[in-house]
Amino acid sequence: MSNEAVLHGVASSHDAHGDHHHEHHHHETFISKYVFSMDHKMIAKQFLITGMVWAVIGGLMSVLFRLQLGYPDQSFPWLEDLLGKWWAEKGHITAQGYYALVTTHGTVLVFFVLTAGLSGTFANFLIPLQVGARDMASPFMNMLSYWFFFAASIVMLSSIFVETGPFSGGWTAYPPLSALGDASPGSKTGMDLWLVAMALFVVSSLLGGLNYIATILNMRTKGMSMTRLPLTIWALFFTAVLGVLSFPVLLSGFILLIFDRNFGTSFYLSDIFVNGVGALPNEGGSAILFQHLFWFLGHPEVYIILLPAMGMVSEILSVNARKPIFGYMAMIGSLFAIAILAFLVWAHHMFVTGLNPFLGSIFVLLTLLIAVPSAIKVFNWLTTLWRGNIRFTPAMMFAIGFVSLFISGGLTGIWLGNSALDIHLHDTYFVIAHFHIVMGVASMFGMFAGVYHWYPKMYGRYLNNTLGYIHFWITMIGAYLIFWPMHYEGLAGMPRRYYDYSIWESFKNFVELNRFISTVAMIVFAVQILFLLNFFYSIWKGRKVTSQNPWGSNTLEWTAPIHPGHGNWPGEIPEVHRWAYDYGKDGREFIPQTEAVGADESHH
Amino acid sequence: MMATTMNPNEPKRIHPHKFTLWVAMGSICMMFAGLTSAYIVKKNQANFQEFDLPKIFWYSTFVILLSSLTVQLAVAAFKAREMGRYKKLITVTALLGFVFAALQVTGFKDLSNHGIQFLGAGSNAAASFLLVIVGLHMLHMAGGVIVLLITFVRAFATKTRNYSSMPIEIVSVYWHFVDVLWLYLLVFFIWIR
Ligand code: HEM
Ligand SMILES: [Cu+2]
Repeated sequence: MSNEAVLHGVASSHDAHGDHHHEHHHHETFISKYVFSMDHKMIAKQFLITGMVWAVIGGLMSVLFRLQLGYPDQSFPWLEDLLGKWWAEKGHITAQGYYALVTTHGTVLVFFVLTAGLSGTFANFLIPLQVGARDMASPFMNMLSYWFFFAASIVMLSSIFVETGPFSGGWTAYPPLSALGDASPGSKTGMDLWLVAMALFVVSSLLGGLNYIATILNMRTKGMSMTRLPLTIWALFFTAVLGVLSFPVLLSGFILLIFDRNFGTSFYLSDIFVNGVGALPNEGGSAILFQHLFWFLGHPEVYIILLPAMGMVSEILSVNARKPIFGYMAMIGSLFAIAILAFLVWAHHMFVTGLNPFLGSIFVLLTLLIAVPSAIKVFNWLTTLWRGNIRFTPAMMFAIGFVSLFISGGLTGIWLGNSALDIHLHDTYFVIAHFHIVMGVASMFGMFAGVYHWYPKMYGRYLNNTLGYIHFWITMIGAYLIFWPMHYEGLAGMPRRYYDYSIWESFKNFVELNRFISTVAMIVFAVQILFLLNFFYSIWKGRKVTSQNPWGSNTLEWTAPIHPGHGNWPGEIPEVHRWAYDYGKDGREFIPQTEAVGADESHH
Repeated sequence: MMATTMNPNEPKRIHPHKFTLWVAMGSICMMFAGLTSAYIVKKNQANFQEFDLPKIFWYSTFVILLSSLTVQLAVAAFKAREMGRYKKLITVTALLGFVFAALQVTGFKDLSNHGIQFLGAGSNAAASFLLVIVGLHMLHMAGGVIVLLITFVRAFATKTRNYSSMPIEIVSVYWHFVDVLWLYLLVFFIWIR
């Protein structure tokens, strides 16, 4: 099946317009071009910008709850003016407001920013351009994927404004808090909306993922064998596979939850007494069952977040070190190993739920096994950098920063993977520090690297470099200053999800430290706003891109015009003759994938 | 232009939409795998009610198998350009879909008449699971019926005659899938009890 057939309708109409649409332009209106667009590049931008809006909301929430943690006794009357009584009574963030903020922050950053905003953006933008296709396998489904995400966003956003507040039981939505409307204010309408939003979100992810897989496997241009694909595509491929296989399981968990909430079933509930309501009739349910279903998605989800970042970092490191990626096949193999292991380790989130210790030891083993492919990747990134002719562009800085964060965060993962250590560390700030560094900030860095690197392709203009360096250094140093001290707090036993530590004798000594962390968090947040200003300013006023291939890169997207139309290449789709990593070969700085292999060329 | 991706004379690669359907079916399988493994976990815990499946499920199984046959015959009729027969077969298939759903509902009524409670206070997870799982299967069946009707209408309503058998082939693959899924569920429920 050709690209044309998919882009322009059904197979039988081939011959009818076989030849005359080389310069094909659809009749485009504002609506079809910017709103209900089926062009993967526009959909990518829609995902990116919606993700940015969520990043601002989620980030602002962390600033608010850090304000509470840093200044628990201080009153900020403007907070009440701004947010109202429910969230900030007498200038203090309320306890219910705090839990609502933390939960929404977690949900939004994990799913809306780093899943939809990250893989939605770059899978859409890069897959057709880098495999040499005119668009996705199904542009229509692709458009639906975005609009389901948009709908999910609206519902989630509206949950912030309901009278009883948004869901407040943590992003993991464990029952009974998530299953019983009477359990807490946030468990009422807020939870209903949370569930609807997440169900829409799952549909969006599935529609997107199906398309990414079909496009990568079926729509590659001539000569683009699987082992000539850039690593970005391999990473996005495994990401999509993980999503397609794990999100449905989460959905099944949600469906049972909906029945428990609304139809009086007892899947997760048993022998519960609610204050002011009395004993509930539910019997025989098991809250642990939900945890199994949740973490069967939940763990793959962290790789859904991380793999696209890994793929883009591999590409950006190689391009800017002017060296082939070290161990291309090992990179694919380790992605594969990570994808398989991702499905076999979910119970490491449940070591302290009364899990059979023997079973626990198997999960310890499988979890620690992930260190092997992870170490391979780190080794290969470092060797790619080794003696490279490095160009320190902002994208490259963020890519190197990613490697640093991944190492730091990965090492603490080895601690947490031990079920014995986890008894002490579970639900403490050590966990917060670990997952923020390895998944949260690292993936954010991957995303920034991607935005700085492909911005010229997206908008035909450059981002401002100076602002880029400021953005990088402050975020990099800030991330470590915020999350490094949290390890110590966690080792000292400071639990996560507490509203006020100053009233605990054992954690009083952390008041100063918490204030320090909060201060840095606000500075880091401010710098992200600077990045956004750079982003939007540069769309219209940035320095113009004048050459087709500004980074001297080998991959196909740089053979398309500076402002590619729908269909990406005006003439024929280029043919591919080599892998994507011929940098510094035979005395040449780079050799694009489209160049035929010369007779006297050396082998890589 | 064609040549850049594939030559029509080359052996046919799988149509991307068909391929997408296969991946989607894998995804749906994972959902039911999640539900049925939850069922197993739950069954091994205390307080799990035992009861027999309604007899009517055997009739519905027969009906769904029959519908698989008719949808396959419909594809064959389409390919042979026997549009009259195609129309009839598609109508029969859709009707069988409705009959299947009706029989399932009757099955649940039957259980309910024998005092099995699916929802609300006093319900047991064993019964609730049956309702949720079989209900979700029915939803997938309903999806199949809707898509079937859409392809049916589209094949005749468009001004330009469309001779591609791809849409109906895709629908038939999905239809068989829903059928096999039901067989899996049936065997699962019988086996596990
Ligand atoms: C400046 C950036 C950030 C700061 C200062 C920050 C701070 C925090 C803190 C202190 C908590 C724990 C609150 C508590 O347990 O009481 C938390 C929770 C969380 N954060 Fe962040 N965070 C940031 C960025 C991110 C990012 C990028 C992600 C994306 C993965 C993320 C995901 C989460 C999740 C999943 C939770 C757990 C929520 C829950 O307990 O349900 N955060 N954050
Ligand atoms: Cu995990």
